[in-house]
Amino acid sequence: MVEETDSASNVITMREVSKRYGDETVLKDVNLNVQSGECIVLVGHNGAGKTSLLKLMLGLTRPTSGRVEILGKNPAFSAAVAQRLALGYLPESVVFYEAMTGREVLIFYAQLKGADKIECEKILDLVGLGEAAKRRVGTYSKGMRQRLGLAQAMLGNPQLLFLDEPTSGLDPVLRQHFYELIDGLQKEGATSVISSHALNEVEARATRFVIMKSGAIVACGSLDELYQQASLPVRMKVSVTPGEASQVAERMGSANVSNINNQSFNLSCFNDEKMQLIRHISSLGDVVNDMQIMPPRLDELYNHFMNGDAV
Amino acid sequence: MKMLWVLAQKELRDGLRNRWIAAAIILLGTLALALSLLGSAPTGSVRASELDITVISLASLSVYLIPLIALMLSFDALVGEFERGTMMLLLTYPVTRWQVIIGKFIGHVLILFVAIFAGYGGAILIMTMLTGGSIEGWQAYGIMMISSLILGAVFIALGYLLSVLVKERATAAGTAIGLWLVFVVLYDLLLFAALLLDEGQLIDQQLFSILMLISPTDSYRILNLSLFEGVSQAAGIAGIASEAGMSGALLISVMLLWVVVPLMTTLFVFQRREL
Repeated sequence: MVEETDSASNVITMREVSKRYGDETVLKDVNLNVQSGECIVLVGHNGAGKTSLLKLMLGLTRPTSGRVEILGKNPAFSAAVAQRLALGYLPESVVFYEAMTGREVLIFYAQLKGADKIECEKILDLVGLGEAAKRRVGTYSKGMRQRLGLAQAMLGNPQLLFLDEPTSGLDPVLRQHFYELIDGLQKEGATSVISSHALNEVEARATRFVIMKSGAIVACGSLDELYQQASLPVRMKVSVTPGEASQVAERMGSANVSNINNQSFNLSCFNDEKMQLIRHISSLGDVVNDMQIMPPRLDELYNHFMNGDAV
Repeated sequence: MKMLWVLAQKELRDGLRNRWIAAAIILLGTLALALSLLGSAPTGSVRASELDITVISLASLSVYLIPLIALMLSFDALVGEFERGTMMLLLTYPVTRWQVIIGKFIGHVLILFVAIFAGYGGAILIMTMLTGGSIEGWQAYGIMMISSLILGAVFIALGYLLSVLVKERATAAGTAIGLWLVFVVLYDLLLFAALLLDEGQLIDQQLFSILMLISPTDSYRILNLSLFEGVSQAAGIAGIASEAGMSGALLISVMLLWVVVPLMTTLFVFQRREL
């Protein structure tokens, strides 16, 4: 019953979805609900099933078992064709018709989506291809292709964006610019699904992370939820009056102490012991000069889920 | 409808951009003109008009050339887009798979249409200005142009079928040559070999007619070489078609069937394909 009401408000619904090619299982028992306005980031190694998942959502492939619904319809059915008007997709390492110019390519796609030429020019300027639009796509650099890729995905104000490794091969400046463009779409209420190998670059914009490993979802949730699930230790660095370090370190009780030198030492503890420990340290008085708290880093979180000790 | 036109237009533009259309017009036009000018020489004794001779020589050449041109246009149409990855992106747009196939088909047929009508049509205009012609001769020439276009459409459809079936572009190119050989050369060769070996025991007139009829290239030949009296007398195969009870409509229907069946099969395979 709950499932029924769920799927009504979902933009994307996947139930027990598996995909096999011959003997090879690329996705197994994937369950995922995405609500309107969310920004979902799929994270995982190459071959974890991110692209396979996106292709199922786009209706390019059909699940071996299970159910996929995008905006309430099975995307692989031809009845869902009209819905693709509301959909933008940037494939991993996007390819275009090399002999056409950037503008011709964009106008071709715009015609298929019912967008007009004025919109094309606007988008070309927005992604910074206004000047290069009259050149053949064959002469474009990787970054320019990627920008043209985003341009075509932005046509027709999509409600739902699928971006497969959108910033791979881009330099940091372009990468930043790229995310600004995506943020712009997000603000207009678009729902997006972005795949990435790295957590850090998408950290700020994700409402939820979906961590994938060998075709299965190993963890799913907001950053806070993931930290909670992983229960990684919090580390602290405590600086004390020179010469007092080992003495103070002995009074740390159950916390794990390491790297003791003359005037500082490191501590690690679980999140739920953290406040107690901080109170204890501050009660030690003037001997403590400084204290840095280092929450677990994203790559530690990522490694935690990837190295198989999770779930 | 709009989608079909957008997709067809893309193919047409590609044809213009890479000078494909220009090259084909020049090739077909030059051949037609050369054949009609050369063809003027032996007309005296058989009293055939120059235009009839031109139809015979052009049709005999077109039966080799048009399928080759059509296959060159089409063998890459699907496998090329699969291999490069452009098909995947295209199919996330609001187009159905049948629209992709039919849209491409319309575009490629239009390219052939322009090439044949500008090339052959241009040549006959020049010919008429030089020598004049008969109404019947023009009619035969017109049928030759239309049936050449249909023959081209047959091989575009066959090209798509192989393009959707093979895994790589290189294989598609090889298979296209094989397909051309089988349809244009080997089938007739085998048919005549069988006829000679059989000595009329199994293969009677009727079976032979059917065997000729089911080949799109033979249908094209019969249509152009024996349907018009002037032409068929000059070609020396007078009345073959009418004796075997083959009307122009039947021959054209057979060729159209060769367009529809491969196209439908292509669509069937494409619908099931995962990208």
